[in-house]
Amino acid sequence: MEYEILGLPLWYYIAMVSKVLLVFVWVLLTVAYATYAKRKIIGHMQVRLGPMRTGWHGLLQPIADGLKLFFKEEIIPAEASTFAFLVAPLIALVPAFISFAVIPFGSTLTVGGYKIPLQIAAYADKGGSVIDVNVGVLYILALSSLGVYGIVLAGWASNSKYSLLGGLRASAQMISYELAAGLSLITVFMVSGTLSMQQIVADQAGFGWYAWRNPFLFVAFIIFFICSLAEINRTPFDLPEAETELVSGFCTEYSSMKYAMFFMAEYANMITVCAITVTLFLGGWHGPFTDAMPILSPLYFIAKVYALIFLCMWIRATYPRYRYDQLMGLGWKFFLPITLVLIVGNALWINVVGAGNWLGCLFA
Amino acid sequence: MLNVATPLINGLKITLQHLFKKPVTLQYPTERPVIGPRFRGLHALNRFHDRSKCVACYLCPTVCPAKCITVEAAEDPITHDKYATRYDIDILRCIFCGYCVEACPVDAVKMTENFELANYTREDFAYTQEMLTDKK
Repeated sequence: MEYEILGLPLWYYIAMVSKVLLVFVWVLLTVAYATYAKRKIIGHMQVRLGPMRTGWHGLLQPIADGLKLFFKEEIIPAEASTFAFLVAPLIALVPAFISFAVIPFGSTLTVGGYKIPLQIAAYADKGGSVIDVNVGVLYILALSSLGVYGIVLAGWASNSKYSLLGGLRASAQMISYELAAGLSLITVFMVSGTLSMQQIVADQAGFGWYAWRNPFLFVAFIIFFICSLAEINRTPFDLPEAETELVSGFCTEYSSMKYAMFFMAEYANMITVCAITVTLFLGGWHGPFTDAMPILSPLYFIAKVYALIFLCMWIRATYPRYRYDQLMGLGWKFFLPITLVLIVGNALWINVVGAGNWLGCLFA
Repeated sequence: MLNVATPLINGLKITLQHLFKKPVTLQYPTERPVIGPRFRGLHALNRFHDRSKCVACYLCPTVCPAKCITVEAAEDPITHDKYATRYDIDILRCIFCGYCVEACPVDAVKMTENFELANYTREDFAYTQEMLTDKK
């Protein structure tokens, strides 16, 4: 019998630690280079070059930016509530990172006879079946709404009217759009019948991606993505930091590493949201030949996530910011009713046509 | 019914098309801009034998709208020619209008293609006759 700690084989611990490290490093690197990619992509979309000076084609720019922010002076306003002011960036940053715990980023690898599911909060039991958090999506929804506390707290603790308005906008926006995002996810659960991320991904095998299971799910996919953009305050919904009105919104009073943390949180949130969308709608890590070569699956996952991140930047380069009342109107009067209709339509579709692959039915 | 999607998609199309266009950015210190033939950069004084061509007629300080040119005249003891003992341009005041070049009756003052005039102290911007006269 192999060596065991607390009833779990040694491989379990090795796999866990390496998975956590891998994902954390990957997210950090992607955050760093997402800033670079954003500047490059938006630059070229505006017929500019973007960063070119630091390293070959500006490739060292994120490192230079990080160093600069790290060595900048730390300013805490005299009138700020110090503890909340210090803790707010952390509260914004941590949920963005730990959401990744339940996202399956690949299929199951077998190393030395031990099965390693490529998802942090999952393991294979002695029988070889993969066990993961059975309420994975719920966990993500909970954490994504936690992230806004950091922003609201930052706005309040800064004791500045711009920060406060930014924080208030963030919370109002969050509540309005979380409703529509949550409702559009219900259509997914109606088809999948589970909240476990592993099973949701497994159900989408062989191009049975939820995004084109039926027309209602496709609309739900688009609405979920737009609402997610609004939830993480990306353009065109970046009202909490609308610089034309609010200087820099909730992070007006922040400097140095604390500002960098908000920045990282924003980008980490973007990656998380893209990863969630990929997992729930775009087949997760599924792609051609993943059954034969499981090592390909993380690559498919990463490629899909990067494609969505590119979409985020593309949107950012294209659309102007919403006006505040338009934003609220869009959330409450447009997306919310549509998602309600989607749920009813999806239910009818499942009963009439079935929950299976719609396109598959057509070709069969 | 109001079509919501088409303008949004058209916008995305336009930005995507721009992504594949050649950027117009000039990588300035390494890539040099094309300077037009009548570009008005830093002044220079044409040389005639051992000194500048200037005859100190005072037309350029008169016409100068920024009043940045200071000329002082003297007489050459041998040839009895009038010449400038002092021809200073305060380049910080100069507006590079080129009126001095137009006014000059003897084609003494001209404008070069040099536009990189940044410097560290105020004194560095006071150009004297020696600095402006073409080198031999």
